[in-house]
Amino acid sequence: MCASVKYGSRGPALIPRMKTKYRIYYITLFSVVLLGLIATGIYYITLFSVVLLGLIATGMFQFWPHSIESSAEWSLDRRSVHDAPLVRIPMSSPIPERGDLSCRMHTCFDVYRCGYNPKNKIKVYIYPLQRFVDEVGVPISSTGLSREYNDLLSAISDSDFYTDDVSRACLFIPSIDVLNQNSLRIRETAQALAMLPRWDKGMNHLLFNMLPGGPPDYNTALDVPRDRALLAGGGFSTWTYRQGYDVSIPVYSPLSVEVDLPERQPGPRRYFILSSQTAIHREYRVELERLKEENGEALLLLDKCSNLSQGLASVRKRCYKGQVYDYPQILQESSFCVVLRGARLGQATLSDVLQAGCVPVIMADSYILPFSEVLDWKRASVVIPEEKLPEMYTILKSIPHRQVEEMQRQARWFWEAYFSSMKAIGMTTLQIINDRIYPYAALTYEEWNNPPVVKWTSVNSPLFLPLIPPRSPGFTAVVLTYDRIESLFRVITEISKVPSLAKLLVVWNNQNKSPPEESLWPKVAVPLKVLRTKENKLSNRFFPFDEIETEAVLAIDDDIIMLTSDELQFGYEVWREFPDRLVGYPGRLHLWDHEMGKWKYESEWTNEVSMVLTGAAFYHKYFNYLYTYKMPGDIKNWVDAHMNCEDIAMNFLVANITGKAPIKVTPRKKFKCPECTAIDGLSLDQTHMVERSECINKFASVFATMPLKVVEHRADPVLYKDDFPEKLKSFPNIGSL
Amino acid sequence: MQARKKYVLLGLCTCCWLLLYYWGGLQERLLGLLTHRRGEVVRPWPNWLDRDLLPGYADQAELQNAGGPGDSPRQRRQSWAGIYKDSRCRMDTCFDFARCQGQSSFRVYIYPPEKGERVSESYRKILTSVVESRYFTSDPREACLFVLGIDTLDRDQLSTQFVPNMDERIRGYPLWNDGRNHVIFNLYSGTWPNYTEDLGFNVGQAILAKASLNTEHFRPGFDISIPLFSKEHPQKGGERGWLVRNTVPPRRKYLLMFKGKRYLTGIGSDTRNALHHIHNGKDIVSLTTCRHGKDWEKHKDARCDHDNQEYERFDYQELLHNSTFCLVPRGRRLGSFRFLESLQAACIPVLLSNGWELPFSDVIQWNQAVIEGDERLLLQVPSTVRAVGTDRVLALRQRTQMLWEAYFSSVDKIVLTTLEIIKDRVNSHISRNKFMWNALPGGLLVLPEYSTHLAHYPFYYLNLGISPGQEFTAVIHATSPLVSQSQPIMKLLQVVSKSKYCSQIIILWNSEKPPPHRSKWPPMPVPLIITDGRRKTSSRFLPNAAIETEAVLSLDEDTVLLTSEINFAFHVWQSFPERIVGYPPRSHFWDPVKKAWGYTSKWTNEYSIVLTGAAFYHRYYHHLFSHYLPSSLRALVDRTSNCEDILMNFLVSSVTHLPPIKVAQRKQYKEMPILQVRPEIHPKKVFLGHCFMSDKGTKMAPWANPEHFTQRQECVNTFASWFGYMPLVHSQFRLDPVLFKDHVSVLRKRYKDLERV
Repeated sequence: MCASVKYGSRGPALIPRMKTKYRIYYITLFSVVLLGLIATGIYYITLFSVVLLGLIATGMFQFWPHSIESSAEWSLDRRSVHDAPLVRIPMSSPIPERGDLSCRMHTCFDVYRCGYNPKNKIKVYIYPLQRFVDEVGVPISSTGLSREYNDLLSAISDSDFYTDDVSRACLFIPSIDVLNQNSLRIRETAQALAMLPRWDKGMNHLLFNMLPGGPPDYNTALDVPRDRALLAGGGFSTWTYRQGYDVSIPVYSPLSVEVDLPERQPGPRRYFILSSQTAIHREYRVELERLKEENGEALLLLDKCSNLSQGLASVRKRCYKGQVYDYPQILQESSFCVVLRGARLGQATLSDVLQAGCVPVIMADSYILPFSEVLDWKRASVVIPEEKLPEMYTILKSIPHRQVEEMQRQARWFWEAYFSSMKAIGMTTLQIINDRIYPYAALTYEEWNNPPVVKWTSVNSPLFLPLIPPRSPGFTAVVLTYDRIESLFRVITEISKVPSLAKLLVVWNNQNKSPPEESLWPKVAVPLKVLRTKENKLSNRFFPFDEIETEAVLAIDDDIIMLTSDELQFGYEVWREFPDRLVGYPGRLHLWDHEMGKWKYESEWTNEVSMVLTGAAFYHKYFNYLYTYKMPGDIKNWVDAHMNCEDIAMNFLVANITGKAPIKVTPRKKFKCPECTAIDGLSLDQTHMVERSECINKFASVFATMPLKVVEHRADPVLYKDDFPEKLKSFPNIGSL
Repeated sequence: MQARKKYVLLGLCTCCWLLLYYWGGLQERLLGLLTHRRGEVVRPWPNWLDRDLLPGYADQAELQNAGGPGDSPRQRRQSWAGIYKDSRCRMDTCFDFARCQGQSSFRVYIYPPEKGERVSESYRKILTSVVESRYFTSDPREACLFVLGIDTLDRDQLSTQFVPNMDERIRGYPLWNDGRNHVIFNLYSGTWPNYTEDLGFNVGQAILAKASLNTEHFRPGFDISIPLFSKEHPQKGGERGWLVRNTVPPRRKYLLMFKGKRYLTGIGSDTRNALHHIHNGKDIVSLTTCRHGKDWEKHKDARCDHDNQEYERFDYQELLHNSTFCLVPRGRRLGSFRFLESLQAACIPVLLSNGWELPFSDVIQWNQAVIEGDERLLLQVPSTVRAVGTDRVLALRQRTQMLWEAYFSSVDKIVLTTLEIIKDRVNSHISRNKFMWNALPGGLLVLPEYSTHLAHYPFYYLNLGISPGQEFTAVIHATSPLVSQSQPIMKLLQVVSKSKYCSQIIILWNSEKPPPHRSKWPPMPVPLIITDGRRKTSSRFLPNAAIETEAVLSLDEDTVLLTSEINFAFHVWQSFPERIVGYPPRSHFWDPVKKAWGYTSKWTNEYSIVLTGAAFYHRYYHHLFSHYLPSSLRALVDRTSNCEDILMNFLVSSVTHLPPIKVAQRKQYKEMPILQVRPEIHPKKVFLGHCFMSDKGTKMAPWANPEHFTQRQECVNTFASWFGYMPLVHSQFRLDPVLFKDHVSVLRKRYKDLERV
């Protein structure tokens, strides 16, 4: 009894994994057995049987093979494409209009469907698969759904773009495969498109096509009439491509997955130019052979192998004078690889060439290069007019070696990011359309074109414009203090003498004690404001207070009384010339400790500087924002918890984002233990300095790089220590001890 | 009884069990529904059982064959020219590349104006820009590109500047050739009421450089969209952008503003008529007035009076200065003056002009500088711009300034950009990439003939994540014949070659006498190259193929330096590779009495020039000096044998917008007596001139000539007028070694020599 209750209570936990039909079967079985037993009145046996059966049943549920583990996926997934519903197209079914060449996003695209969206991401709907046949039952396509198109749709449905809600969709993708026009019945395909429930003149529909046109004239865009549908096509010419509407995509090469070509280090290769295409027009082959005669071994001209048997073997082999080469492996042996147009403009060879890290030399007049809307092909390829084929060698020779290496790297990266799979091609296409619909959230040139290694090392400073801000608004001094009133007042009095001081902010970090009465503060000419903080944190000094109305901030400790007014004013003047850097007084250095194998903090008299202390430093208010809201990792918390290294953190932050070293101004002075943070008057002990070395190591690991830059210079007034009357110098009182 | 109880209990248990099963089933069904739904969201496209059996979209052979070799390319090219012309023109079919071959391949010819021809102010500026550009030729035979002498800017028939009978007149041009290789500039096309793209004459195969181009009529890769500019737009130089500081937070008083006409009828009225809807009087100010044109009162509607009243409350200039975003809606035509105005004002343009091909869209990445709105979504604009984050506002704003200064601030820049875009198409394999066009300092200052490799330029190190090279080439400018082994140049050679960063020394021989035999020069640890300067002062900045390092150390033969001074300066240059890093400073100033620029070599607290008699800079500046600057300025330098250093400073500062950098130098008092006779120094001043170095040689050098100083004054003014503004910028600091003159043991100091007197 109890047992049965117990099993019963476990039931729901187990049962959900069973399919309904199995459960009904078992329940019926139990019920029949139970009722039978009850009827015979054999109680104990009944009880025993019930328990036993219960056990058996439970055991069975648990260890039954997966086939009874129901899942929603099972019914949907384990299907064959041949299970897709059959749709018969009536003969008289309407045919869409031929694509309109004047279509643009603002004329043929319904932007209201996409709407305002905080994520700035378009929603894409994929029609369920159907098998279209004409009235007599002949399919509209000889291949039906191809593996590539299936991969593409599958990738889109896995992506963030996907929605299953037709009414929320901004873009519709038919499941009718039109990648290769040769396998299509044009008229019937067009009719099938028009039958799609949301077709609506093709508005917001996207078709993918890689091999357009057919013999003899090979149109450069898909011949299937498609109303206003967008076309992602391989092999557009400038006359069929609707700029800003269509998307030019690559012709996918299945070799991308079949052959694994490991990335090779950029550098000179065995051959300079390689031609591997088999379908080159005779006129061009003659030209190429002439080039080969002139330049000999530098060129390798490959062709089909005539003596090999047909089939896979022959598509993966190339020959030159009886010598057999493996394709595409041979592409890795050349610096440049020729990609000439054939009857079609788009060539799958381009993908193979990029994969091999060979720089494509593209000769296909009027060809719209894949993803040219966003990719800068000049950095990965050489485009030469077909007419200039005879000059190819001279043109390529004029490219500097280092640039060729860059191009090799860039070519390989383009392949990896945008060519390597149907997923990559599909996602890039959708991202391009997304960028058009939400242009204010579009990816930047750098995001599209910089390979990861460049992205990692390159710097795009948020304050990139070379500006020397005017002197007039001055700077805001932010004094961090705890309770050293006397010293604080001296600092305030000193700073107030600086001509460009605009405002004084005192960050009162002591929660247990109120700041002195207003009447006790020194009288200064500029506004002075005391800001009381909620917690005694070091990061308070870098908070972007609204009260800071100037660009320039002078962070200063409450014990820095030794800086003269000239020194401070000069520091401000130097900051104006370097508004994107930290400009400070005491400089510090980081060093690599070879014995310990880690970074070390150095405060001795060194010939180099990589940090300035923020106990007295000018910087842009923007860095306050960065420090408070964009500091990577847990650095900010760590600094607050340890009451140390806030200045090192700031140096890391600024150097990392600008790629520039700080500027130390004026000669070294006797700073009274600047490393000791003002708070609590911590004593200069060894542990404190050890901790600062630890900070450098910790921060370097959080930033995953060492952003600090070492320099050997400091800034002094032009006439510093020059033999010149002091009173005529702008900043005479510099460097006094 | 007990048994019955037990049976009842058992029955209850069974019921419970059944219920539980049933309940469980229900739950499972619910769960199933949920998981089913979720399953569809996660994986809606089925994972077909026969996925691996699906056919490829094309087989390998078909892909590699790519439809076969196709038609004869020669025939195809011929037939193309017949098919793709007029509205389907492309460079491949409508441009004669053969005209642009040879040494000086890209030359522009202007048809001479006919007698009595009236040319508008703006068109005159365009023609002047072409004439003064380095591509101008007066010989039509060597021209690659032709510009009409007839004013085609305003093709509105109602305009007073409209030139009739264009077709006839153009046909009179013997070289017209159906417009091939011609550029036609236009600002206004079409007329009331539709303002079509029609120019009122057959442009044939000419390239249109036109404002307000529509994407549908735009022939991609052929036409060029230019901005609409007013007739007050300056010829050269131009005002700088208004952004002087990057305030944080970057938002200004108003979020979004517009002040302009409201069209009650006709083309463009849809958008302009709706603009008042987003006005909220607080942070969004969108003001429209009906009051324009002669008969506005005829079309007047209920809003007009209220609108006109509100319109007067705000000042346009004040709004421009204090607004974060500025609406740039289409007018009658697609482009409007608002575009350049807001670009200059660093007010981020929010475009509402569907179908407008943006200016220089071939090369400029506009989505990094403007917000491209959609006329259909006007009401979404406020929420869109509100959602733009702090970082992006900062970036967009700075980029407006970068683009303004690089391409739009003067007619010169607009015209030159147009020409450079065409030139890039003509020599497509020696052209700028998108990065060069969009990064500082802009495409016009990047000469692809120098290199197409980014790392060869001084501006891109940070963007590429690389550092400048570890070596430099010293170029010594020698003018006096070699007579003794104790000449200053011998000492200099030794000092320079001792630097571990020196990779080679080039002596630029500019003396009357032929260069001495190799054996006369001392043995050197680095290669020594002697080149002939043909006695031209400008030759010291000629691009020299022998210079393989990025850094150049330019030296006069009589310069006195220490190896450690050179090493320190080189270190500094590595931190500032785009600037000139040198020793002796000079300064310019505005003389309000003479109303001219002045030049001084006196000791001052600031400087704007460092002399190139001893300075580091990037070798690319040689190329800019010789190819970017006009030959007239170089001729001036050669004629006077003077000012080349000032010109170089002008050039570099115009590129960087920053001052040069002066580094510490040891005092050399031995030059004092010479300095006293230097004419550069004003006799009334007590302070002796600069002790560091002379501008020129030590003996009877050219500067001893009293004219020398006056010449330099004049140079400064001549240069400033060519640049159209004063590019020099003052600096107040010099860079010293970290421990320079510090009270610490000399042994600790790396550059102790600098402190010895």
